[in-house]
Amino acid sequence: MDVGFIILILAVLAALGHVVGRRRALALAAKSGVKLHSLPGYYGQTVALFTAVPAFVVLVAWLFVQPGIVESRVSGMIPDSVIPEGGARSLVMSDVRRIAGGLDAVLARDGQRGADVPIEALDFNNIRGRLAEVGVALGGDVPSEVFEAAKAFRENSRTGNLMMTVVVLAVAVVLGMLAYRRIEPELRARNISESFVKSLLLGASLVAILTTIGIVGSLIVETFEFFQRYPAQDFFFSTVWNPQFRGGSDLGILPLLWGTFYVSIISLIVAVPLGLLIAVYLSEYAGPATRGIVKPAIEVLAGIPTIVYGLFALVTVGPFLRDWLAQPLGLGTSSSSVLTAGLVMGIMIIPFVSSLSDDIINAVPQALRDGSYGLGATQSETIRQVVLPAALPGIVGAILLAASRAIGETMIVVLGAGAAAKLDLNPFEAMTTVTVKIVSQLTGDTEFGSPETLVAFALGLTLFVITLGLNVLALYIVRKYREQYE
Amino acid sequence: MTDVTVFGNPAVPTKGKSLLALDERTRRRNNAEARFRLMGKIAVAIGIVALIGLLLSILSNGLSSFQQTYITLNVNLDAAVLDKAGDRKPENIAKVSTFGYAPLIEKALRDAMAQKGIAVDGMNAKAAAELISKEAPADLRRFVLADPSVIGQTHSFDLLAAGRIDGYYKGRVTMESAKLDRNTSPEQLMLADKLKEAGILTTRFNWSFFTAPDASDTRPEAAGLGIAVIGSAYMMLIVFVLSLPIGVAASIYLEEFAPQNRFTDLIEVNISNLAAVPSIVFGILGLAVLINFFGLPQSAPVVGGLVLTLMTLPTIIIATRAALKAVPPSIRDAALGVGASKMQSIFHHVLPLAMPGILTGTIIGLARALGETAPLLLIGMVAFVREYPAGPPDGFFDPASALPVQVYNWTQRGDPAFVERASGAIIVLLVFLILMNLVAIILRRRFERRW
Repeated sequence: MDVGFIILILAVLAALGHVVGRRRALALAAKSGVKLHSLPGYYGQTVALFTAVPAFVVLVAWLFVQPGIVESRVSGMIPDSVIPEGGARSLVMSDVRRIAGGLDAVLARDGQRGADVPIEALDFNNIRGRLAEVGVALGGDVPSEVFEAAKAFRENSRTGNLMMTVVVLAVAVVLGMLAYRRIEPELRARNISESFVKSLLLGASLVAILTTIGIVGSLIVETFEFFQRYPAQDFFFSTVWNPQFRGGSDLGILPLLWGTFYVSIISLIVAVPLGLLIAVYLSEYAGPATRGIVKPAIEVLAGIPTIVYGLFALVTVGPFLRDWLAQPLGLGTSSSSVLTAGLVMGIMIIPFVSSLSDDIINAVPQALRDGSYGLGATQSETIRQVVLPAALPGIVGAILLAASRAIGETMIVVLGAGAAAKLDLNPFEAMTTVTVKIVSQLTGDTEFGSPETLVAFALGLTLFVITLGLNVLALYIVRKYREQYE
Repeated sequence: MTDVTVFGNPAVPTKGKSLLALDERTRRRNNAEARFRLMGKIAVAIGIVALIGLLLSILSNGLSSFQQTYITLNVNLDAAVLDKAGDRKPENIAKVSTFGYAPLIEKALRDAMAQKGIAVDGMNAKAAAELISKEAPADLRRFVLADPSVIGQTHSFDLLAAGRIDGYYKGRVTMESAKLDRNTSPEQLMLADKLKEAGILTTRFNWSFFTAPDASDTRPEAAGLGIAVIGSAYMMLIVFVLSLPIGVAASIYLEEFAPQNRFTDLIEVNISNLAAVPSIVFGILGLAVLINFFGLPQSAPVVGGLVLTLMTLPTIIIATRAALKAVPPSIRDAALGVGASKMQSIFHHVLPLAMPGILTGTIIGLARALGETAPLLLIGMVAFVREYPAGPPDGFFDPASALPVQVYNWTQRGDPAFVERASGAIIVLLVFLILMNLVAIILRRRFERRW
C-alpha cells in the first residue's frame, strides 16, 4: 500500500481515537459521578497520541530498513559469474531494480487495458519487448539470473510493503485500543499526554546529536575502509595527488591542503582589513541613517548563495585578472587561479568578519572610551589604542570563524580555483582544494569501493576536523571574552 | 630657589601664539584622525561596490536569457513522411525519428525564403537550415505525437533559432567571431538579418526558459529550468515540512524544559557546532547514509530535502530559541498563575507570541537551503535529467535537478551560450531569494512585538 495512504489512515485513526476517547471519558464520568481529573480533550489526546506516534515511528524505521534487507537478500541470488568483467555487483543490482520497476509498469499497463496477465506468465522471453514498450530499455543481454533476481526483488518488496502495512496498522490499532481501555475518570490524562509530548520534544532535540553521529560515523567508517586500501602515511605525507582510473593512484593530501590554506589566506587578507574597518566605521563613526543602509547591504553579501560568487569568479573576476594582471606580468595564462578564488571568497566572508566584530566592538564598555577621551585622545586614537585591544580576543574569534568558513567553502573554489593539485607559490596558478577534490572524486564515474572514491571520505574527515577545531577554538575565545565584560 | 625652574621650561615655544592655531603635533593627530575615518569610508565603499559589481555582472550576463530568437515557419506535416502506413497509429508514427522531421523544416524554410525572395550568395539549403536549432525537429515530433490528427496539415510553428543565431542578436556572436567559428558563418548571420527584416525571425520573451527541461551540450538555446524549479520546489517543501516542526520542538525542549546538566550541554554544543560544519560534509552524510546505507535513490528530491533539512535545522533552532527567549517571563508567569500547566502555558501563550520570529527564522533558513549547491552535487543531483518528475509524493523519489545545481551544470559546458543561461538561472534564483526575504521582513515588521 502507498505510504501516503498509510499516513492518511493513521491520521484518520488518530482523529477517530481523539473523538472516541473524549466521548468515553465524558460518558464514564457522567455514569460514575466522579469528576474527571483532566479536561476531556486530554483523554482524547492521549488516545490519539498512542495511536499515531508509535505506528508512525515504526513506519519510518521500516521504510529506512527494508530497502537494505531486500537488497542484500536479492544480491545473494546473483552468482559471481553473471557480473561482467571489471563491473560491479552494484551495477547489476541497479539493472535488477530497473527491471523490477519495468515489470510493475508492464503489469500496471496491462491492468489498465483489462488484460490481466499473471506475473508467472512474464517469463524471460516475452518480457524484453514488453519492457521496451513501457520505456525500460534493457542493455545488451540480461542473464536469466538477473531477471529472476528482478522478479524476486519485486516479490520481496511487495511482501515487505504488505507486512509493513499490516504491522503499522496493527501497532496503531492495538496501542490505540489499550489507551482507550485505560480511560477512567481518575486517569491523569493531562499528565500522561504532556509527558508523552515532552518525550517527543526531547526526541526532536536528539536529531542534532543523531546528525553528528551520522556525520562522524560515516566519515570514520569509510575513512577506515580507505586506509585499509591505501597507506595512511602516503595519504598524509605524500606531496603528489594523481588519481588514476585503473588503480595505482597517488593520493597525497599535502597539495590539497596547501591550496586550501593559500586560498583561505588570500581571502582573509582581503576580508579581515575590510571587515574590521567596516565594523569600526559602522560602530564608531556612522550615524544611524548610514548604519541602517550600510549594515544590511553588507550582510546581503552573506546571504547570496555561493554558486553566485562561483559564477562571478568564473565569468568576471577570473578573466579580468588574467587579462589585466597575470598575462601582462607573465605570471600565468589560466583564468582560474588561487587569487581569483581568494579575492571572491574574501568578498563573501567580509560580513562574517564585520558583523561579529561590530557586535564585539559595541560590547566594549563606554567607560573605556570616555576615559580615553578624557585624557585627550582623538577618536581614532581611542579606537586603535583602547577599543581594538579590548575587543581583540573577540575579533580573533570572529576571524577564526571566517577562516573556518573559507576552508569549508566549496562552490567558489570549484568554479574559481581550478582542478590542478600543485604545490606552488604563484597566486596566478590554478590550484585545487580539499573541497574541490571531494566533489570531483564523488561525482566521477569511479566505482564506489575503490580508494579513488573512498579518499573523498578521508578528505571530508580532515576538513571536518579542521573546521570543527577552528570553531570550537573561536567559540571558546568569544565566550571567554563575553564573560570578561559582563 | 624657585627661579631655577624658569630656565628649563619647555612650554616657552608657544609664547605669543594663539591657542586656536594648531601646533604641528595636533595637526598630525587630526590628519591621522581624518585618514582613519576615510579608510573606514573606503572599506564600506569597497564592500558596497563589490556587491553592486557582483549583481551587475550577473544581470548583464543573464538578462538576455529571458529573450529568445524564434523562426516562424509554416511547416507542412507531410503524411507521406510521417505516417507511411497511413493508418495514424501512434506506434507507427512514433517510429519516425527526429531525422524524419528535419527535412520538413528544411523545406519549410526553403519555401519561406523563396516566397519572400531572400537569398544569400554562396549558401546552400543545408547551411540555411542550420539557422534552426537541432531541438526544433524534436519539438515538432512531440507536437505530432501528442495529436496525430495534425498529420497532413500545414501549421505555423515558432521554431527555436540555433544558439549562435540567438547569440548574434544578443551581442555574443559578431561577424568577426563567426568567421572563426565552426558552428556558424557570416553568411548565416546575413541570412538571419534578412529573415528578421522579412519578419520571419523574431526575438521575444522566453517562457520556455522557465518550463523546458535541460538540453544537451550542443543545444543551449533549448535549455530551460523547468525540472530544476520543480526539484527545488519539492526540496523546499520537504525542508519546510520536516525542519519547522522538528526545529520548533527541539527549541521548546531546550529553551523551556531541558534540565541544566551535561546532556543538555552536549546537545547545545552539538547544535552550535553543526551550524558551522561545511555544507559539503552534509552531502557526504547524505551519500554515505541515505543513499549507500538506506538505499534511497540518487538525484531524488527526497534525499536532497533530507540533507538540506539536517543542514537548516541548526539555523532554525537558533532562531526559534531567540524568539522564545524574547517572550517575556511575565507571560509564562501569568499563565502559570491562573492554573495552566507548563505545557499549556507554552503551547497556548508563549509559542503563538513567538511564532512571527520563528517563521522569520525558518524562511531565512529555507532561503539559505534554496541556494545551497555543494551537498546536492554529492547526492547525484548533477545528473542530466530530461524527464519531469511525477507529482508529489511519488515525484520526491524521481530524479530531478535543483536551481543552483543547474547553474553549476551549465558552467561546466563548453558553449559560451550556457554562461548566459547560468546567469539567467541565477537571476531566477535570486528573485526567489529576494521574495522569501521580503516575506520574512514583512512578517517581522507586521507581527514582531517589542516588550
